[in-house]
Amino acid sequence: MAERVGVYVCHCGSNIAGSVDVEAVAQWVGENVENVVVARDYKFMCSSLGQQMIEDDIRNEKLTRVVVAACSPTLHEKTFRRVCENAGLNAYFFQMANIREQVSWVATDTASATRKAKALVAAAAKRVQRHESLVPMKVPVNPATLVIGGGIAGIQATLELADAGYPVYLVEREPSIGGHMAQFDKTFPTLDCSACILTPKMSEVGQHENVTLITYAELEEVTGSVGGFKAKIRKKARHVDETKCTGCGICSEKCPTKVLDTGFEVGLGQRKAIYTPFPQAVPRIPVIDTDSCIHFVKGKCGLCQKVCPTGAIDFDQQDEFVELEVGNIILATGWELFDCKKIPQYGYGRLENVYTNMEFERMCNAAGPTGGKIVLRDGKTEPESVAIVHCVGSRDDNHHSYCSNVCCMASLKFGHLVLEKTNAEVYSFYIDLRTSKKDYEEFYQRLLREGMHFVRGKVAEITEAGRVPFENGKLIVQAEDTLLGRQRRVPVDMVVLMGAMQPQPDAGDMGRKCNFACGATGWFTERHPKLDPVATMTDGVFVAGVCQGPKDIPASVAQGAAAAARVQGSIAKGIVTIEPITASVNPDRCSACRVCISLCPYGAIEFNDEEHVSQVNPALCKGCGTCVAGCPSGAISGAHFTDDQIFSEIEGLLKSGALSADAPAAQGEPEPEQESVSL
Amino acid sequence: MKYAYYPGCSLECSSVAYEMSVQAVAEALDLTLAELDDWNCCGATEYFSQDELTACAVIARNLSLVEPDVDQLVASCAACFLNLKKTDHLMGEHPELGAKVNEALAAGGLSYQAGTVNVRHLLDVIYTDVGEGPIREKIVRPLTNLRVAPYYGCQVVRPYTDFDDPEYPVKLDELFRWLGADVVEYPVKTHCCGGHMTQISEPQAFELIRRLLQSAVDREADMILCMCPMCQLNLDAYQRAVNGYFKTEFNMPIVFFTQMVGIALGIASDRLGFGKEIVSAEPVILEKLGPKALEPVA
Repeated sequence: MAERVGVYVCHCGSNIAGSVDVEAVAQWVGENVENVVVARDYKFMCSSLGQQMIEDDIRNEKLTRVVVAACSPTLHEKTFRRVCENAGLNAYFFQMANIREQVSWVATDTASATRKAKALVAAAAKRVQRHESLVPMKVPVNPATLVIGGGIAGIQATLELADAGYPVYLVEREPSIGGHMAQFDKTFPTLDCSACILTPKMSEVGQHENVTLITYAELEEVTGSVGGFKAKIRKKARHVDETKCTGCGICSEKCPTKVLDTGFEVGLGQRKAIYTPFPQAVPRIPVIDTDSCIHFVKGKCGLCQKVCPTGAIDFDQQDEFVELEVGNIILATGWELFDCKKIPQYGYGRLENVYTNMEFERMCNAAGPTGGKIVLRDGKTEPESVAIVHCVGSRDDNHHSYCSNVCCMASLKFGHLVLEKTNAEVYSFYIDLRTSKKDYEEFYQRLLREGMHFVRGKVAEITEAGRVPFENGKLIVQAEDTLLGRQRRVPVDMVVLMGAMQPQPDAGDMGRKCNFACGATGWFTERHPKLDPVATMTDGVFVAGVCQGPKDIPASVAQGAAAAARVQGSIAKGIVTIEPITASVNPDRCSACRVCISLCPYGAIEFNDEEHVSQVNPALCKGCGTCVAGCPSGAISGAHFTDDQIFSEIEGLLKSGALSADAPAAQGEPEPEQESVSL
Repeated sequence: MKYAYYPGCSLECSSVAYEMSVQAVAEALDLTLAELDDWNCCGATEYFSQDELTACAVIARNLSLVEPDVDQLVASCAACFLNLKKTDHLMGEHPELGAKVNEALAAGGLSYQAGTVNVRHLLDVIYTDVGEGPIREKIVRPLTNLRVAPYYGCQVVRPYTDFDDPEYPVKLDELFRWLGADVVEYPVKTHCCGGHMTQISEPQAFELIRRLLQSAVDREADMILCMCPMCQLNLDAYQRAVNGYFKTEFNMPIVFFTQMVGIALGIASDRLGFGKEIVSAEPVILEKLGPKALEPVA
């Protein structure tokens, strides 16, 4: 029996109708594509009236297939599938033709846009007649969640879920959780102590009955899909037995090896070879740095082992692998600081009193290497003048095009701390000052009153080469003051470079492990920049904090909580629906060559030894179609993308006549105007 | 290694010490520099400021003279390097300009396709193509204790930045560390020498020259190394005038980097053009490198 197809062409206000003759498209399809029994156009097909119209037609006109020509299926495919279901039609007897993003928004003239729209709609109308009834799979959701990254975003997500009563595994790469926030001194704009507000949350994580904390560990591999992920974690060898260590700290105290701490103290302080990064570390279990430990370098010493009261030191400990089963994953992997040496004219690494923002955070911190004193590299001289240089590596086409979001406020905070702790003059060299959040502008006004100097201009260079006697012995910051319209040279004793936030160097790998992408600037890509900012294109994988883009502490906390709320929703529902668009093997045609097994990027195909054929695990299959194309026997087909369906679609596209028959002769490209030679 | 070589006008007269030392050093480093047959002036900075098309045509003639079997053209003068590089770049970026230039070249039976010749500065060739290992092997007179200020100027590293950082280049620094010299951190290494400003407004030019000299003195440099004839001329020939103007007492030798590479390779100073500079470099070389430092090493 012939199918009865209904075709609905949306105006999308003037979005589509502005450059496509939607009425002509509907009329043409109704007259020229066989089995189309209803063809209508409507102002907003996604409105409730539009949806109702389709539902009514399905019932009254006994439609068996539906095509909507409107926007991208990522926006409204679900809407119209639901409409079909409401009217008693299988949701997969529906096809969407995208005539907005792929036609009206990119078209330059109505005639060609209308032609292309007709072709796409005809293709959809032909294809939909070959659609098969499909039933989505429902899988249970494992109530446990994996959180990667123990900075403030990850901590927040962990606590939200744990407090709601669900088990959480928090995996952190460093020996302690806390992230960058643990390194900061004060937080803007309220100037409350960073550690004072962070460490209670850290210890809560450490003691929470629902949290399994796995530090000094990395995510190796993720398999499975939403509801039932399997994650392989590599626990790096600490050389300290976590079950025996009480965190007494005698090992670190007695350890004879002191090395520069390039981690937590960013090169300003020292630590022992066996160490916890900072006193409030969670857990308080130290790690041995095998690159500097005398035992590992020379095979001697072993003092820590002798003094440990519980015998927790284990020099033979190896990396360990842990398999976790979780329903959802939250990535909160944070950021790293831009390498300020990449802008050599600013002298970092060459001019000793040029500091990075992270170094300055540690210097201001009362628990830091200078005990909170703002002093030059000699460790004792207080600066008489300090310059703070904004946008180092940010808003710079040579490095990162984006704004790092937090540096303006951090600069104001630094200015306040310098004015509070020293008698120095403070100069801020900025491009634009961005203080747009709650109470931020007020903080800027406060610094203006406190006497911080603001110079609007990007710094050209920082040099020790004085030109006049009063510049000698100083660092001279040269910039074009764009408000005064002249060059300024400001001699100072200390310079703080506000280095950009940049993605972790392995962010791309992390994305690949979880099957989603990073954007052009390297940050994780959210599912929708406005309406779905913590989800990713992989169901069950969420992002929170700076790994998604530069943001401050309040925004990171908000995202951590938001991601946790999304996960809680999925756990509370208990089941997730998985698209039935998967591959399947026809056992009669399978030649057991197993090519598909090596091709599958998701490990979804296994070989059945008894039946001697390959089999697809539909829970793991993402429907990518690689095996379908690769199978030399043509034994694999992809549901909803069968050869039959695709050939029908092509047939609709080519034989509809839309692209040629009634089309006006193709216009040649207009001759580009001769460009005048301009150098 | 074979290269086409473009000496440029300055190297035939005011900077003959540069040319002599380039040739001596190239020979010692087994670099074959085949001088372009019948090359013409690159127009320096003047042509480009008058008429771009004419400037490009004049310069492209030199590019068209490169033999088809060679794809690298070496220049040692900073301005020549920049002009050749810029012309190749502009012809590639603006095909319509390239067409007009070729129309002009056709009158002389020549043509040039942008991108066929890779224009390189001699420092890049010595640093990159010869490289650290072979250079270290050939050092017979390390420049130990000699404090040198590496001066890059404007045109070699800007705007074309293929081989070094445009804001704070380091390749000349590194080359002289290989040679054993004590390379001072020279913070004004890319600052302007004044160029032709000496002809227009001496006070402005003298101040720029003074800064460069003062910075080298502040860092206790024995000499400033140049790779541009204009820079060398301004710093050397105007040093006395600067002293008169500012009541300073600069006595800073200004040499071409190739001259000191030659000393390290054991070449005799008369083959390297020493003695042609106005502020003599000989006393400091003898003092720091020993009484036989100007003689050839057998």
